[in-house]
Amino acid sequence: MAAVTLLHTKGLSRRFGGLKAVQNVDFDLKQGEIRALIGPNGAGKTTFVSLLSGRIVPTEGHVFFEGEEVTGDPAWRRVRKGIAYTFQITSVYAKLTAYENVALAAQSALSRSGAVRKKDLDRAIAEAIEKVGLSDRARMKAGELSYGHQRLLEVAMGLALRPKLLMLDEPTQGLSDAEIDNFCALVRDIARNATILLIEHNMPVVMQLADSITVLNAGEILANGTPAEIRANPAVQAAYLGS
Amino acid sequence: MRQHSAFKVVGLHLAVIVAFFLAQFVLPDYHHLAVTRVMILAIFALGYNLLFGYTGLLSLGHALFFAAGLYGAGLTAFHLGWSVPAAFAAGVGAGFFASLVIGVVALRTSGVAFMIVTMMFSQVAYLASLYFTTYTRGEEGLVMPEAARHFDLFGVTFSLTDPSLRYNIALLLLAVTLIVVLIVVRGPMGRVLIAIRENEPRTLMLGYNTFLIKLKAFVISGTISSIAGAAYALLFAYVGSSFASIQYSIEALLFTLLGGAGTVLGPVLGTFAMFYLIDIVSGFTAAYLLVTGIALIALVLFFPKGILGTIRERWMTWLP
Repeated sequence: MAAVTLLHTKGLSRRFGGLKAVQNVDFDLKQGEIRALIGPNGAGKTTFVSLLSGRIVPTEGHVFFEGEEVTGDPAWRRVRKGIAYTFQITSVYAKLTAYENVALAAQSALSRSGAVRKKDLDRAIAEAIEKVGLSDRARMKAGELSYGHQRLLEVAMGLALRPKLLMLDEPTQGLSDAEIDNFCALVRDIARNATILLIEHNMPVVMQLADSITVLNAGEILANGTPAEIRANPAVQAAYLGS
Repeated sequence: MRQHSAFKVVGLHLAVIVAFFLAQFVLPDYHHLAVTRVMILAIFALGYNLLFGYTGLLSLGHALFFAAGLYGAGLTAFHLGWSVPAAFAAGVGAGFFASLVIGVVALRTSGVAFMIVTMMFSQVAYLASLYFTTYTRGEEGLVMPEAARHFDLFGVTFSLTDPSLRYNIALLLLAVTLIVVLIVVRGPMGRVLIAIRENEPRTLMLGYNTFLIKLKAFVISGTISSIAGAAYALLFAYVGSSFASIQYSIEALLFTLLGGAGTVLGPVLGTFAMFYLIDIVSGFTAAYLLVTGIALIALVLFFPKGILGTIRERWMTWLP
């Protein structure tokens, strides 16, 4: 079965002054996979996904999504094309209810295909909230939810956007072990309908979830491969442990 | 539960409109005129609140849009002899056009820069109204000609010298504005406006073109303000530069803050309360601005959410 390429970058680079945060990255993401993006601190992971989501403009290079160039598209338009991004630092609307938070995402997704009907909106919101298990907290203000629940709310918002590609930036940071287990189950569930790019520090989570792993070091791709291959790769070990 | 609260919301707003309607039969002459003015100024504050209270954009130049309506209606009626409905339409059209052009420029900035840019535009308009004194008569202003005090509609002649007619025109405009604001705020657009106010970068990442949505809010807000300006010129038959001054921009802000920014009825209540506060205090002392200033400082310190904002927080959480 030939896998379809969902996202593809060519020679993608970004400099901040003299710092080459991301340089000359050629990257392919297959439809339906769970890909983990790992690398030591400062490897350029967040810059790289920001280039994909459109929050940062590249200095050089191109981004293609579903075969179409999106390099010049602003972030909001990429979201409408199906590239969703959940924030590393929890960024929910603290003063609005969990329900309203998800409503904003669902309304955006539904408005892509014409006028938003209230019935469809209610159903989409309920679905996303139920999937992450926050149904009984839907009327609480997002700022009053526990940290773990706020992270789940972020995921619910990502889900309600009905993305083709969901980029999760360090989603398990600050979660308890029990919460992490639930989270992994949730990601697998989401992966049935979407491609996932997971930026993660927690190695057990990465090894457990990822179909394949890309290692970024000093702004460049160091290695690509299955979890087993990456674990055995001497260059990766050197980058993490120091040579 | 939501159905129930929708019923309460519609009921409350209808009750306010009905209360204004019934008030005209009991108000003495002086207050009859005062409330007519309050209703027109409340429309201005309603427009302002849509941008400031809901979208989180603090404009210090909304006097410009009020003045666009005022002069758009006043100058066409005075110099070109346009009929009242045509002059009114010219005023609203001027406000729409001004807010579109200025919105495109001003919305490239945010925060303090946005306040300064809107204020500067407004100053330009104010100074222009003084400079072209041949047409505007500057601070002295223009008094609308007799021809602009009557109009025919559907074969009936209406006279704007009739206080009762003026009152009901003001009420009609207020009611329509209130309904429009309520629909915008409670609909899908209002949800996104509030999201922009709370966290614009996040809203962008939910797939919303926030610039375009802010521009829509800016244009609706500016156009509503110009409706108030055009109505003011035609109902009270006077057009002058002072309406374009910064004081009027600040007043829209104060009315909104007092009543409660980000509540639908707040600006109406705020305009009413502020108007009568000034009215009563100026009966005792010429330094009424000092007293209102102190009242406002106290308000901002102790009730930063305004009258309705505080009521909503404590007792009536369903209030839009």
